[in-house]
Amino acid sequence: MNKNKTTGKSEEEENHESRRDFLKTTSILTAIAVSPVAVSKAAEYNLGEKINHALETTPVNLTINGIKKQLAVEPRSTLLDVLREQLNLTGTKKGCDYGQCGACTVHVNGQRVLSCLSLAIMQDGKQVTTIEGLSKGDELHPMQQAFIKHDGFQCGYCTPGQIMSAVACINEGHAENKEDIKEFMSGNICRCGAYPNIVKAIQEVKNGGQKI
Amino acid sequence: MDDTFFDKKDYKPLDRVDGRMKVTGAARYSAEYTLPNLAYGVLVGSTIAKGTIRSIDSKAAERAPGVIAVISHQNVIEVPGYQPDATQSTEPKVGGGPLRVFYDNKVYSNDQPIAIVVASSLEKAQYGASLVKVQYNKEEHITDFEANAGKAVVAAAAKKNPKSPTADYDRGQKDAFQTAPFKVEAEYVLPTEMHNPMELQAITAHWEADDKLTIYDKVQGTKTTQKTFAKEWAIPDQNVKVIATFVGGAFGNGLHSWPHESAAIIAAKQVKRPVKLVLTREQMFTMVGYRPRTWQKIQMGATKDGKLVAINHNSIGQTSVYEEFTESTLAQTRMMYASPSVSTRYRLLPLNVATPIWMRGPGEATGAFALESAMDEMAHAIGMDPIEFRILNYTESDPDKNMPWSTKFLRECYEEGKKRIGWENRKLKPGLLRDGEWLVGYGMGTGTFGANRGPATIHAELNKDGNLVMHCAITDIGPGTATAMVQIASNTTGIATEKIVFHLGSSEFPNAGLQGGSSTVNSVGPAVQAACNALKQQLITMAAGKNASAFGSAKPEDIMLDQGNMQITGNMSAKLALGDLLKQNNVEKIETTQESKASENGKQYSMNAFSMHFAMVHVHPLTGQVRVKKIVCCADAGTIVSPKTAESQMIGGATGGIGMALMEDAVMDHRFGRYVTKDFGDYHVPVHADVPDIDVYFVNKPDLLADPVGSKGLGEIAIIGVAPAIANAVFNATGKRVRELPITPDKLI
Repeated sequence: MNKNKTTGKSEEEENHESRRDFLKTTSILTAIAVSPVAVSKAAEYNLGEKINHALETTPVNLTINGIKKQLAVEPRSTLLDVLREQLNLTGTKKGCDYGQCGACTVHVNGQRVLSCLSLAIMQDGKQVTTIEGLSKGDELHPMQQAFIKHDGFQCGYCTPGQIMSAVACINEGHAENKEDIKEFMSGNICRCGAYPNIVKAIQEVKNGGQKI
Repeated sequence: MDDTFFDKKDYKPLDRVDGRMKVTGAARYSAEYTLPNLAYGVLVGSTIAKGTIRSIDSKAAERAPGVIAVISHQNVIEVPGYQPDATQSTEPKVGGGPLRVFYDNKVYSNDQPIAIVVASSLEKAQYGASLVKVQYNKEEHITDFEANAGKAVVAAAAKKNPKSPTADYDRGQKDAFQTAPFKVEAEYVLPTEMHNPMELQAITAHWEADDKLTIYDKVQGTKTTQKTFAKEWAIPDQNVKVIATFVGGAFGNGLHSWPHESAAIIAAKQVKRPVKLVLTREQMFTMVGYRPRTWQKIQMGATKDGKLVAINHNSIGQTSVYEEFTESTLAQTRMMYASPSVSTRYRLLPLNVATPIWMRGPGEATGAFALESAMDEMAHAIGMDPIEFRILNYTESDPDKNMPWSTKFLRECYEEGKKRIGWENRKLKPGLLRDGEWLVGYGMGTGTFGANRGPATIHAELNKDGNLVMHCAITDIGPGTATAMVQIASNTTGIATEKIVFHLGSSEFPNAGLQGGSSTVNSVGPAVQAACNALKQQLITMAAGKNASAFGSAKPEDIMLDQGNMQITGNMSAKLALGDLLKQNNVEKIETTQESKASENGKQYSMNAFSMHFAMVHVHPLTGQVRVKKIVCCADAGTIVSPKTAESQMIGGATGGIGMALMEDAVMDHRFGRYVTKDFGDYHVPVHADVPDIDVYFVNKPDLLADPVGSKGLGEIAIIGVAPAIANAVFNATGKRVRELPITPDKLI
C-alpha cells in the first residue's frame, strides 16, 4: 500500500489524509464483504469515495518548477487538469482540451508540450516547468519582461502558453526571422489578436542573446 | 480640460498595470478559485434540436464513483425567479426571454443543457455525464436559414420603438433607386460566427448561506449579473456577490446571463457545496451566444458624377425561438453617406438555435460588410476611386438624426490611411497588379459606432503618502481598463502612475455598466476624473482653512499632487506636503465617492466614433489562397487615453476582421440542427501566420461633447469595416466579388 503514499502541500495534503483514512480502514474493507452493517457504516463515513480514490489512483513522481512531487493521480487525468485542479498551478490554461489552441503549453524536460494532450502518469520522472516556474523569484524571465514591454497580450488568458512556447521557439532555433517565429508560434492562438506584439517580444529576446 | 491635457511632455505610454500578473500566471480567472469542498459540474446537452425529453435515466451516472448528483428538470429544486409559461412564449415568436435551464422537458435547440452531473472531481463528473441516458419525443426542427428566410418577422423591439434602428425607415423618394443612372443591387451573407474567447466560459458558484450567493463568473458586467441572479433567486441584490477580476476575453459573450450559469448556481444550492463548471469548447458554440447569420440586400443608386441618390438596405438576422435578439445592422446605412433617399428593413428569423448575442462590432460590423462592399461595387461601376467616391458623399451632419456631429475627423483618416497603405500603387481596374505569381489588391472600408456614455461611480481614497486607490465594479475583458483609468487619474491629479491602483471586477464595488459597446473609457473615465477632482477640492478646503491662503482661491483643475506634494500649476512657490496637510487635519486619508451620469448631449448632437481600415492582399491565382500582407487602421475615437493598450485594441480588432473576412464560419448540419464546426480544428480563427504588420493611426482629437475625457470608444470601430476592406482588396486583386463570407479559396478559383 505504501506505493500509494503521497507527500506534498495543500491539495496533496487532502490526498494524504484520504490515504491515511484508507490505511486505517483496510480492516473495514475486509469487513464490508461480510457485514451489511459495515457497508452502511462505510457509506455513512463516505468511505466508498475514499476507497475508490485509493484504488483508482497511481503514484507519479514529477519535478514541477524544480520541486520534487510525489502525486497520486488517476490514469485518465491529464497533466493540465492535475496542474490546475490538484496542484492549484492555474497559470497553465485550458482553452480547448483538444491540443488546438496552445494555452496549456508547458515545458517537459525542456521541450514544449501541450499539457491537455498529455496524461499525467506518462510524465513520471520528468521535469515540468510551468509559467509559475519561469521567473527567478521576483525577477521576471526576459520573455515575460518583453511581453509586458511590447504589450504582447490583452486579456492575458493565452499569455502563459504563448510565453512558454516563445521560450521554446527560440531554444529550438525557430526564431531566426519574423516569418519563422510566426510559423512556429501558430499553435498558440490569441483571440484578442496580440500577434504582432508577441512577435516583437520574441524578436527582442532573441536579439538580446540572453540564455533563456 | 483642454485639448492638450493628454499631451503632457512626460506622458509616456503606460505598460499594462496588470501585466506582471498576466505574464506570471498569477492572474486568476473565474475557474481558478480554490474553495473548500469544491465539487465539479459537467453539463449534459440535448442531442435533438426540437422536441421534449421523454425520460432521463441517471441511475448509472449516480452509481459512478464520486458522482454526487445528477440534476435535471426531473429533480431540480424550485428556482423562484423562473416565470411561468403564461408570460414567456415557448412558440416560435419574437420577444420571449432567456432559456430557463432545467425548467421543463422542452428542447428548443441542439446541445441545450438538460442536466448537470456534479461530482467530487472533474474527471468523475465528465465520466458521470457520459453515462446519462436521455430519450426524446423528437419534433421537426427549423434551423436552415435560407430555406426558411420567408418566415422572418418584424422585431418586437421595432414595434416598441419606432426610432430604433430595427424599425422600418424611409427618407427621401421611394423610387429613387429605380430611376438612378447607376445601380448596384446585391445580396450579402455573413455566416454565424462564434466569439470563442480563449478562456472557456466558467463559473464557480458558492452559496455562503441559504440566501447568500457568491459567484466567480466570466461576465462583462458584475452589477448586471448580480441583478439577474438576485432576481432569479428572489433575494436582495446585495446578497449576490459577483467576482470577475480577470476575464479571459469575451467579445460580447459575457453580456448576457446564460443557462450554464443558472445550472451551476442551482447545482451548488442543491448539493450544498460550491460547484465549478467550465464549458467545453464545443459547448462554447451552443450555449453562450454568437454573431447571428445575417442575409442582407442592398440597392444603391448613384449619378455618373458619383453622387449617391438612394440606398435601400434590407437584412434578416437569426435568433432563437424563445428569445428575441436584435442588433443595429442597418444603423450606419442611414447616417454614413449623404444619400437623399434611404430605406432600411430589419427582420428576424427565429430558428431552433440558441440565442445570439452581440459579438465585437456587433450588427454594425455585419452591416458594414454589406454597405462598404456595395460602396466599392458602385465606385467600380462608375469607374471612380473608392475613397474619392466616399469623400463625394461625405456627411457634414447626421442625415438620419438631422443633428450636427459632436466631432467627425474621418477625412483625416482617409488622408493618413491612403499614405500609409500606399494607395497610389492601387490600380483602378482590378487584376492588373502582381507581385511574382501573386495578384495584388488594395481595399478599404469605413466603420462607425455610437459614443455611448453611461453612468458610473468611483470610490477613491488618497493617503498621506500620496497613494491613490480607486474601486469600481467595471470589468476588464482585455482592453486594459485599469491601465486606462490609472492613466486618467494620473493625468488628472499629477500623481505618478505607480502610486495609483484601480480595483475592478466585483459587484461589491461602486456601480458601473457593462463593458460593452465601446463605453468603458467614456463612462468610467469621467467618474475617475470627478473623483480625483473631488479629492483635490477636499485638499483645497483643508489647505485654505489651515495655513495656505494661496490655495484658498485655487480650483481643483489647478492643483497637482506630485511626489506627495500639493502644488498649484503655474505657482511653484505654493507647495504643501500632503502628509503634513492630512496630519494637521488629523486624518490618515481622504476619500470620496463620485457618480458620473450618462450623457445628455445626444439630444443635440450625433456622437460617433469613426474608423477607416485599409488592406493590401495577395491572392494566388491558382490556389485561391488569400494572404493579408498589410493592414492600416485609422481611428477617430476622440482622446486616446492609453496609447499602448489602445493600439493593441486596434490590432486585435483588425485580427478579428481577418477572421471574419477569410476564415470564420460556423457550419450547421441541418439534418440534426447541430454545428459540425465545434472546435478550433473546424472553426478557424487567425493564428500568428495569418496576421501581418498592422499599422495604427489615431486622430487623437478629444470630443468633449461626448464626455469630459473626450473619448468616443474604440473596441467596436477596431473591427467594423475590416472585413469589407479585405473583401474589396480581394476584388481589386482578382476582379472577383465575394458576397458571402468567409472568402475561402473555393470561392476564388
